[in-house]
Amino acid sequence: MRVTMTVNGHRMDADDVWEGESLLYVLRERLGLAGSKNACEQGECGSCTVFLDEVTVCACLVAAGQAHGRSVRTVEGLAEAGADGAPGLSDVQEAFVAAGAVQCGFCTPGLLVQTEDLLRRTVAAGAGAPSDAEIREALAGNLCRCTGYEAVIEAVRLAAEWTERGRPAGGPARGEAR
Amino acid sequence: MTTPTPRTPVPVHSPREAPSPVHSPREAPPSPASSTPGGVGSSPRRPDGTLKVTGEFAYSSDMWMDDMLWGATLRSPHPHARIRGIDVTGAVRMPGVHAVLTHEDVPGEKRYGLEYRDQPVLAFGKVRYRGEPVAIVAADHPETARRALDRVRVDYEVLEPVSDPVRAAFDPDCPLVHEAGEDLPPAHPAHHRSGNRVRYQPVRTGAFADGATAAEVRALADVVVTGEYQVGMQDQAFLGPESGLAVPAEDGGVDLHIATQWLHVDQSQIAPCLGLPPEKVRLTLAGVGGAFGAREDMSMQVHACMLALRTGRPVKIVYNREESFHGHVHRHPARLRYEHGATRDGRLVYATAEIVLDGGAYASTTAAVVGVASSLGLGPYEIPHARVDAYGVYTTNPPCGAMRGFGAVQACFCYESQLDRLAAELGLHPVELRIRNAMSEGSRTATGQRVDMPLPMADMLRRAREMPMPPERAAAGPVDVRALPGGVANTSRGEGVRRGVGYGVGLKNLCFSEGFDDYSTARVRLEVVGGEPAVQVHTAAAEVGQGLVTIKGQIARTELGVERVTVLPSDTRVGSAGSSSASRQSYMTGGAVRAACLAVRARVFELVRAAGLVGDDHPDELLGLAGGKVVSGARGVLVSLADLLGASAVEETREFRHRATEMLDPTTGQGASHTQFGMCVHRAVVDVDVDLGLVKVVALDAVQDVGRVLHPQQLAGQIQGGSAQGLGLALMEEIQVSGSVIRNPSFTDYLIPTILDVPPMRIEVLEHPDPHAPYGLRGAGEPPTLSSTPAIVAAVRAATGRPLSRIPVRPEDIVGIERD
Ligand code: FES
Ligand code: FES
Repeated sequence: MRVTMTVNGHRMDADDVWEGESLLYVLRERLGLAGSKNACEQGECGSCTVFLDEVTVCACLVAAGQAHGRSVRTVEGLAEAGADGAPGLSDVQEAFVAAGAVQCGFCTPGLLVQTEDLLRRTVAAGAGAPSDAEIREALAGNLCRCTGYEAVIEAVRLAAEWTERGRPAGGPARGEAR
Repeated sequence: MTTPTPRTPVPVHSPREAPSPVHSPREAPPSPASSTPGGVGSSPRRPDGTLKVTGEFAYSSDMWMDDMLWGATLRSPHPHARIRGIDVTGAVRMPGVHAVLTHEDVPGEKRYGLEYRDQPVLAFGKVRYRGEPVAIVAADHPETARRALDRVRVDYEVLEPVSDPVRAAFDPDCPLVHEAGEDLPPAHPAHHRSGNRVRYQPVRTGAFADGATAAEVRALADVVVTGEYQVGMQDQAFLGPESGLAVPAEDGGVDLHIATQWLHVDQSQIAPCLGLPPEKVRLTLAGVGGAFGAREDMSMQVHACMLALRTGRPVKIVYNREESFHGHVHRHPARLRYEHGATRDGRLVYATAEIVLDGGAYASTTAAVVGVASSLGLGPYEIPHARVDAYGVYTTNPPCGAMRGFGAVQACFCYESQLDRLAAELGLHPVELRIRNAMSEGSRTATGQRVDMPLPMADMLRRAREMPMPPERAAAGPVDVRALPGGVANTSRGEGVRRGVGYGVGLKNLCFSEGFDDYSTARVRLEVVGGEPAVQVHTAAAEVGQGLVTIKGQIARTELGVERVTVLPSDTRVGSAGSSSASRQSYMTGGAVRAACLAVRARVFELVRAAGLVGDDHPDELLGLAGGKVVSGARGVLVSLADLLGASAVEETREFRHRATEMLDPTTGQGASHTQFGMCVHRAVVDVDVDLGLVKVVALDAVQDVGRVLHPQQLAGQIQGGSAQGLGLALMEEIQVSGSVIRNPSFTDYLIPTILDVPPMRIEVLEHPDPHAPYGLRGAGEPPTLSSTPAIVAAVRAATGRPLSRIPVRPEDIVGIERD
């Protein structure tokens, strides 16, 4: 079958999709978007988390056909265009690197999407920065084997602060060579 | 030919400081101060960080080529069976299937192995564990490959599994996992191989060395405690599954893009199996999604290469999670018996330990694990009379090998439990008893090795005890159930919840031991790019998440005074870097990068003399490199590197070795077998729901001596990540094996700590330099994994009064329900 979706703002078609294929498989193996990860493919680790119509889902649990005609946003769609139009890291992406929350990085794409969602529901919605307990609750479905989560929590706090007050200039920049 | 998804060489430009989470009471002055930004001691940004947060970093499972095929592996459904025949015809006939291979198709050596070549590439004769690879398939879609596996017919004669490691160790009538006459290579003569024993290593000191019996030595003590302990099978549970892409090459060889811990040891095992010379098997490190020991042994490496060579097409293999549980070695589960005797005033007199490690079906690193478990089996304590007997055995259980802590973890849980029992008997605080018996610089381990580096154990224990405590739970007022055992499951609102505090100390060897020729290689190139000096660092070392890629850049900046450093992808075009294990890469590859930089420096100074900028006899010691310039102490800037080098480059390659170590004596276990010792102390605070057996770890604080901090932020990540894995072993992580079959091969049933399970972790880092090591550093990744487990279990004991001699601790152990 053919599956058509809007992925990170672009219309994309995948042909010859077998009914058993997951959204994760189609993103990774048919559309060349390997950023969403495949740590368990059982809905247990959160490494494949993407936005489906702006709601976070485990892409490994969504059949590709279910995403037909819908809009998907992945880790590849998180970077923002800076003032100069060059792509730059979002606050959440930058905060994860700056806080040391990225080791092997396999959990990172899922954590970034989930954090983006948390901050949208809290700081960006005017509800203030999430408490540590709220951060833990929001990220409870995302496994990380490397960091022990301390740096992850620090990264979310930092991203919340930047979202609220702006990212300090001279600090980690947007538009930096990637 | 198209190339696979490229791995961008990682530029390490414009380092930025990250805030340091490490509180570091500096006890000794650091070795060379870093003046170049982003050098040793600072926390520059990870060079692969940006790619990892944009989703562009190419992990081994992300590799993709236009015409590639998918490989899949048929695994044995039986833990122990004879193979009578394999029929692949049904699979071969399926449309979309390009190859179906069995042991008959292995072109070269039929077996491989890290230390001992006993593991079949594809099973022949017998299968010895459930999940052992029997046949492999390449097809144009992963689902086609999986369906083809269903059509391979294997005729098995099922044999009784050998599931009990204690029986395997001691019962002469136990069936053999590897039968006589199987044409295996000879075992190391010092390993006492016999029956199902892979290695037996005794250690004897004091009266035990003179042949005294336990009863005779026991008479010397006022107080004796004994304990029998069990350690469950822990999984490394890295998130990035085993995977890679093999690409056939025009010269008849193969290029493999792979996630591994040691490229060259893979190459040295793959090439003979393929019947190819090593230079025709070229490996490039693909992005590695964590390792923790599980990638020391090979998984799909030879299989992907065989399929690629047979089909003439690139072949990708990616394990799923269930397959991953069967596709790599685990931490050895262990049965252990300990006895400690002390005087009334709390001085240890003697200790004995019997340690049985279940190695499963193939040797993997079992012999080396026995070497660590025996030599460090009694921990960091001064004990006049010691007796240890450590056994590693074959069974038909899942194969076990390396995992963070490597044989020291199992023992640490036991000796720390013993010290707590002894402290209770003596009415001493557990920290006080440990301090009275603590090793320090100049002490000798049970193997007679003198500790010739700082070991401030007593001070570390005092610091751990004095760290601020988390606030008490409020006796009244509103309850936040999220902070209680059971969390939002709302199983308690505080009733039945008791708090406990516990301590743990662990001693870990760092770098490879027992006479291994342990080295790393680095190539460093200095040249002028766009008018600016720039450095390239090339090694074969595996970046597995730990941040070695950052450290290499920092060292180059510090030694060459050049900010712009590019770390090239790791591959086999440069000499071996050894394994990313044993906490050794900062020491070894760090040491190699430093040595190569120093050689480049010396060449630069020769150029300075040759150019007449200083006299011919002007010594190197009076010259320096800083800010991209050559400086002289007396005369300031002599010349910029850009002007000095012009269009020429200076390149040097160096091998770095640590000092030699010795084998353990096969009968007394004496010998300076270790390179370096690392230590961490933990204090755990827990709340336990004593009615339901649920535990909430409230705090898990650590004191660790790392000799010298290279990157404060990454160091904190190692300590916190290691502590969390120790928490998992204490409270939840166990591969449940019954009848030699894994019962929980999924993240639904094998639980690793989530963000709700891991508490805030305070860290205090000490820096007492090791005079033998580059920059005085000590490997840091493993020690926290040892000590956090016993600290947490001790805290649960303190809260509940239960003996808890088995890890992971289960709810029924806490509430006291018997189970067999
Ligand atoms: S890969 Fe989807 S939840 Fe793990
Ligand atoms: S950084 Fe490796 S799993 Fe999270």
